[in-house]
Amino acid sequence: MDLKPLFEPRTMAVFGVSASNYRHPANEIFNKNLLRYPVGVYGVNPRGGTINGQPIHRNISEVPEEIDMAVIAVRADLVPEVITECIKAKVRSAVIVSGGFAEVGRGDLQERIVAIAREGGFPFVGPNCLGIYVPSRVDTFFLPGERMVNPVVGNVSFVSQSGGILVDQMIKFTAEGVGLARAISIGNKALLGELELLDYFAADPATKVIAFYIEGFGGNEGREFVVKAKKCGKPVVVLKSGKSPGGSKAVSSHTASLAGDYASFSAVLSQYNIVEAVNELELISFCESLSTYAKPIEGRVGIVTVSGGHGAVAVDACAARGILIPGLPENIREDLRKTLSPSVQDIAGLTNPVDLTGSGIDEDFVATVRSFCSMENIDCVLALLLPYIPGITSDLGAKLGGIARQCGKPLIAYVPNVEKYAMLIEGFTLNGSPVAHSIEGAVLMVDALRRNRP
Amino acid sequence: MIDFRSEMLRIIEAARADGWVLEPDAKRLFAVAGFDVPRFTLARTPEEAIRFAAEIGYPVVGKVVSPRILHKSDVGGVTVGIADTASLTATFRRFQGLDGLLGMIVEEMVSGIELILGAKIDFQFGPMILLGMGGTGVEIYKDVALRMAPISEKDALAMIGGLKAHRLLTGYRGGESVDLNRLTETLISFSSLVMELGEGIESIDINPLLCSSHRCVIADARIILRSEDGKASA
Repeated sequence: MDLKPLFEPRTMAVFGVSASNYRHPANEIFNKNLLRYPVGVYGVNPRGGTINGQPIHRNISEVPEEIDMAVIAVRADLVPEVITECIKAKVRSAVIVSGGFAEVGRGDLQERIVAIAREGGFPFVGPNCLGIYVPSRVDTFFLPGERMVNPVVGNVSFVSQSGGILVDQMIKFTAEGVGLARAISIGNKALLGELELLDYFAADPATKVIAFYIEGFGGNEGREFVVKAKKCGKPVVVLKSGKSPGGSKAVSSHTASLAGDYASFSAVLSQYNIVEAVNELELISFCESLSTYAKPIEGRVGIVTVSGGHGAVAVDACAARGILIPGLPENIREDLRKTLSPSVQDIAGLTNPVDLTGSGIDEDFVATVRSFCSMENIDCVLALLLPYIPGITSDLGAKLGGIARQCGKPLIAYVPNVEKYAMLIEGFTLNGSPVAHSIEGAVLMVDALRRNRP
Repeated sequence: MIDFRSEMLRIIEAARADGWVLEPDAKRLFAVAGFDVPRFTLARTPEEAIRFAAEIGYPVVGKVVSPRILHKSDVGGVTVGIADTASLTATFRRFQGLDGLLGMIVEEMVSGIELILGAKIDFQFGPMILLGMGGTGVEIYKDVALRMAPISEKDALAMIGGLKAHRLLTGYRGGESVDLNRLTETLISFSSLVMELGEGIESIDINPLLCSSHRCVIADARIILRSEDGKASA
């Protein structure tokens, strides 16, 4: 089935729009696409009427254009008829927003729509989902536009079994400046699930990182998922919920007890080099660094800071994750000392982490990062910046980002998340160096590069 | 040459009614599949036990065999280091008081580090292989490595290296190192066997797998079968 009409629709028909109930979810979807997105939108409801000055069509056959995507927000028991009509009218795909299927015990109704869609070769997302969001392109979320953030356009595509988690993560991604390519809530995943979307995003040129929020797979689907993910050549990041064992299932073998559902899930992901995020901070950090750097590293880090404390915290976080911090050879230390500014030459700590002290200036950072770049046994640079010390300027981000880009080693920066440091932060990000807002977050970004082996 | 596949299937089918393959049959299954198992017999009477013990020499191990006893140690159904006829007879008599006794396994004493080698058919991922530190404390220490089957040699080595206790396997503080090649081969063969048995089983516990400098022996094994309705039957 061709999923392109779902992510790049030119035309959309919204089923269930109401001429009288202006807060109807279908109306939200209709209005936001009409007013904000470059897609031709048509409302459909047998009762007719108008919405936002546009006529509501009584039947899909009355819509004057061929429709790429139907958005269906009608009562569950009407859905089979609607998709039958859609197939007849050569609509190319659908998002079924409506709830009232397997999640409330109506597995029969869900099976019916799947059967109809399969027979008609008709791809649909859902039911019981928010559907699809593509920045500047299309948005089937029934959430009023003014209540949502505008995500940054980027190259992470996010597939979520839960609509709520998806929206929440979109807000947090946006706050961290992590850009999205496509976001999709798959709900009951009756027809299109993780496997089909993994295939689609693997081939999608706009997607560099594929992120999943997964509650659970169907029978043997996990096996197929990891095999596909390993072959897909793009970093795959997974956040899993439902980790605690459900109920008191009597288990008669040691193996079954030790290899519980989550233990197995986590072990298989790591066996197939899929990066598992155990919490939101990991998810965001992993997506941010992998969307910038796809090349795997061994994880041997050079750390530069102006605070011994920050260095020590970073070292602890690295050690906990098996990231190495190689020492600096004597000749590198001597050369580096000579290039440092006079005020720090005698007081800087030139082990790894390099501590430039509160007297450090931009050029001392530049010299240190150049040293790290020249060392073969360092494959990643961590710059812990405290912009309140007097010698650091707003230009430092662009300077260090530029050097890292030239030398080809990933550079990850920590800068406190304060409005007034925005120019420093952008200097890094515009030069392709991700910026974390905590030391732990920065170390997580390193860890993602180490764990990802596409 | 025995066709080991048909022999394996025969053992599994014969065990369907019980829902699990008892130790003597599980060991025969592993033996026909080429794994190292101790010399043993299933003795139905004290006399049979004594005859076999004399043949292989003391000390021996005695273990209860009953379709109603899944965890033998929990009911005092395992005795190691039986040194003579009198102790062997006494052990047999004691086992006669246990639920559903079919007989007693008499087998040679094997030494080595106790590992657990296991498999389960996971709903989401299918056949999974587990390697860990074995013995009766296995669920206390929980020092295990898990992989989706089939596993490669690289996976097998990573499983061994991933155990917290892996230094115990490579000669910790003067102890002898186990034969890591043998262990790796055992893991890979086990993975192939599990792929072959596939959906017919629910789980396998080989506990302990006794590994020493020259052998990796399946000292105990239990295969739990998948029942018709897809649930574990035991």
